[in-house]
Amino acid sequence: MNPSNAQLLQLAIATPLVAALIIACGLPKRFSTKLAAAAFAAPALIALWLWSRFPAVDAHQYSFLSTTYTGLGNFGISLKLGLNGIALPMFLLAAIVGLAAGLYALRSGAERLKLYLVLLLVMHGGLLGVFASVDIFFFYFFHELALIPTFIMVGLWGGRDRSYAAMKLTIYLTAGAMLSLLGLIALYVKSGANSFDLIELKDAIAAHALAGHTQVWIAGLLLLGFGTLVSLWPLHTWAPLGYGAAPSSAAMLHAGVLKKFGLYGLIQVALPLLPLGLQHWAWKLALLAGLGNVLVVGFVTMAQRDLKQMLGYSSVMHMGYCFLGIAALSTIGTGGVVLLMVAHGLSVALLFLLATSVHHRTHTFDLAEMGGLARRTPVLAAFFVAATMAGLGLPGFANFWGELTIFVALWKFSPALTAVAVAGVVISAIYGLRAAARVFFGPPSEALQRVLAQHPPADLDWREKLPALLLLAALLFFGFYPKAVSQPVDQALGARAAVVAVPHR
Amino acid sequence: MSTELLKSIADSNDWWALGPELTLAGGALALLVLAIVGAKKDLRFVPALAIFTLFITLVTVVGGFDRIGEGEQLFGGLIRLTVPGQIARVFFLLSSLLVCFLATICLPRARVPRVEFYHIVLVVTAALMLLAQANHFVMFFVALETVTIGFYILVSYYRERSLSLEAGLKYLVLGALSSAILLFGIVLLYGAVGRVEVAGVVHNGFEFQTVYNFLHGDPHNFLATAGALLVLGGVAFKIGAFPFQVWVPDVYQGAPTPVTAFLAVSSKAAGFAVLLTLVRTVFAPLAGVLVPVLSLLAATTILLGNLSALTQRNTKRLMGLSGVSHAGYLLIGVTASLTVPWAPGAVWFYLFTYLLASMAVFGVMAYVAGPDDTGEELDHYERLARERPFLGAVLAVGVGSLAGIPPLAGFMGKLLLFLAAFQARLYGLLVVAVIGVVISIFYYFGWIRAAWFESWSPPAPGAAPARPAPAGPNWVGVATLAAVVLATVVLGFFQQPLTSWLLP
Repeated sequence: MNPSNAQLLQLAIATPLVAALIIACGLPKRFSTKLAAAAFAAPALIALWLWSRFPAVDAHQYSFLSTTYTGLGNFGISLKLGLNGIALPMFLLAAIVGLAAGLYALRSGAERLKLYLVLLLVMHGGLLGVFASVDIFFFYFFHELALIPTFIMVGLWGGRDRSYAAMKLTIYLTAGAMLSLLGLIALYVKSGANSFDLIELKDAIAAHALAGHTQVWIAGLLLLGFGTLVSLWPLHTWAPLGYGAAPSSAAMLHAGVLKKFGLYGLIQVALPLLPLGLQHWAWKLALLAGLGNVLVVGFVTMAQRDLKQMLGYSSVMHMGYCFLGIAALSTIGTGGVVLLMVAHGLSVALLFLLATSVHHRTHTFDLAEMGGLARRTPVLAAFFVAATMAGLGLPGFANFWGELTIFVALWKFSPALTAVAVAGVVISAIYGLRAAARVFFGPPSEALQRVLAQHPPADLDWREKLPALLLLAALLFFGFYPKAVSQPVDQALGARAAVVAVPHR
Repeated sequence: MSTELLKSIADSNDWWALGPELTLAGGALALLVLAIVGAKKDLRFVPALAIFTLFITLVTVVGGFDRIGEGEQLFGGLIRLTVPGQIARVFFLLSSLLVCFLATICLPRARVPRVEFYHIVLVVTAALMLLAQANHFVMFFVALETVTIGFYILVSYYRERSLSLEAGLKYLVLGALSSAILLFGIVLLYGAVGRVEVAGVVHNGFEFQTVYNFLHGDPHNFLATAGALLVLGGVAFKIGAFPFQVWVPDVYQGAPTPVTAFLAVSSKAAGFAVLLTLVRTVFAPLAGVLVPVLSLLAATTILLGNLSALTQRNTKRLMGLSGVSHAGYLLIGVTASLTVPWAPGAVWFYLFTYLLASMAVFGVMAYVAGPDDTGEELDHYERLARERPFLGAVLAVGVGSLAGIPPLAGFMGKLLLFLAAFQARLYGLLVVAVIGVVISIFYYFGWIRAAWFESWSPPAPGAAPARPAPAGPNWVGVATLAAVVLATVVLGFFQQPLTSWLLP
């Protein structure tokens, strides 16, 4: 145990950040790419190692705990890192998607590549920090650290309407983040723990549960703030616009991982600390998510002509399932949400990657101007179809288990909403398969034929295949062996039921 | 007679304790002497001499930080040595150092006399330091007037430019009005308190402690309450709080860039140093009146500052109006300080982060302003990131910190203020503050967009010919700006250096 696993966890978060700093200080480009590659790979390796070592419980269901003081000890703020059963799968997800996005970015040929890599590394470090933080202040802090590079990347390397998209993203997400920060501070003040440490907060609230109405308004603040960040209908409009404009690696990391911050916060913070508050909002949340995110956004997704916008809308729609799973307020529902978060993170990142690869070949995102690409690029088509299948929850992919468990949990909550959610699967099958068909099958459009004649398309090369394979392998692995996620999650949720009873309906 | 005087000086601690202020005054006089007796070519040492004086003073103040007698009164109660007073000294010295640095960029290009500028900056700094330690309304007023008169001169320092003169005149007229309000308040307090004899010593209504005792015994005295509110009104002018913010945009725009920075940072901080002393020690018994008044002031200031900054295209006006909103956030901290004992530390923390971020931004503004110190529209920042990536990065960090974006220091300042507000149960103000922060993202973002996001897009056909790239900073400029930016970033991650000192 030398260095100890807790130090390895710190190292995993520090590596990308330090690498970003070194590159920003003016490292030559040749070394920069090598250093960046190492800094993307190291956290993934460490995450795998920690996952293999996982049930090394230090205290309160957390493993690999370490505490560093930054000078706000008086306010109960310290950089406390550690992983529990819910954080571990998310940490693993962040490491894998980060590696894939990093590998894709390294060879993407973006202009001003060094700045791009610096921002991506900062984002990666922030993402790892989000899920490794036990202190809810640093949980928020790392989220912002990852969020800021997103704005800059959209603004600098974005596609159409990038300035507008960057501004809308900034304003929506800052507003959401400020609201959730207010909720977290309210929790800190009202709990009387004088600490942002989640473990101490849990202890304090287990000793003195918060009054019902206090729970209700704090949970309302958190739902509003986190809901904006996770694109809860009708606060979702930033997402399709932002993802439509974002460069591929930023979209992969944001839609795949960073967006889960809000859901993760609801599961880790709101569920154990504010059970009554969430119960109060459960029906309202379920209706918004079920009717708004799943049905309305589902139909909107079907009407999209732009491939990237469609992916953006579809990710908004899938977040609806996650909210439904949380609204079910049961252990199995929450477990399903964690599974679906991991699965959706992998599949949406893969889809954004492939969409960019498609764009490299067709020079358009317009679905009407595509077709017949499968004959020219069979590997790309295979990957895309597989990713689409994963997205709509075909058994064998990780998404299946997540959606299944959420539906099971939802049945107890409300059979009618379960019917809506299942109808959503049909909707997502329609738009997913139709998009795959339009891009890859049928006769190519005239515009496309002209483009293809000028630039004969090559199939996926290794720089695209490697990250895609990584993501697909992870999807299949979790699809055939969901226990890898469900076991630590069960462990964490089972222990929680003993501390604060989550009320069942 | 003279030996007696010298003896009394040597015996008393009073003069030693005022060493920093006396050093600055001595340095200021030395500059004038140099201007008279020195050869013309010696004048180039003037900025260095001023900076040296400030630096030496800063070192001695920081070195002797723990050695002051807490609560010791000097000169028969005119001045009281306190820890917040020491913090204020450090703040003003640091700020003036950076103002002198900005002046070395801007003034040589503007063909204006230099000696007087540095002389006035030193005198004003000394007066600011005295103001923050005043314990007597006469001392308070005299120090405040010294500061204000210095600023009248500095604001209209470009005496051949109509904008600068107009700014000076506006500042003079409105400043005189605010002085009159302040004086009226002081007189009302004096009249209400009268003369009190305690244990054979006569006290009067000018002494902070006497006023406090009076208010403590009679918190519903109408005359004294009116006086206290008028005094606060006079101070609100300094910090640019609603409804005394009308002078801010025009004066900020007309003043030379270093003076704008001086106004934005030191003058504002002086207002808050005074406000904290007054609210916490002198007017504390009036909490029932003060909390609603200050809350209303904070809310309107935040909203008005942010909303009026939304449409600005001129960066100096933008800094001025966004500075108004920062004053609003700080007023939340002042309001909270009535009930939360550590809130003043949070206010000072915010002020220090504001100093670093503002000075970074003003540094970039000084370079972008160009040889005639007029390039101050947002359009002038286009292509900055491509032509001067270093200045672009400094601007991004500075503006980001002002907007309160983590992981920069400005966010930590806002966080501490919000925590204090939560503990003081000022929930309504928190909502207003969050709305204000979200609005402010819009205009700060516009600045970043001008400097970065449009940098690489081709110019529109028929656009005006590009301005020449701004001059690059020399090594002193690079080192200073890099230090300021580094401090802003490091304080975002690691607050120990400031918190161990401000929030023990």
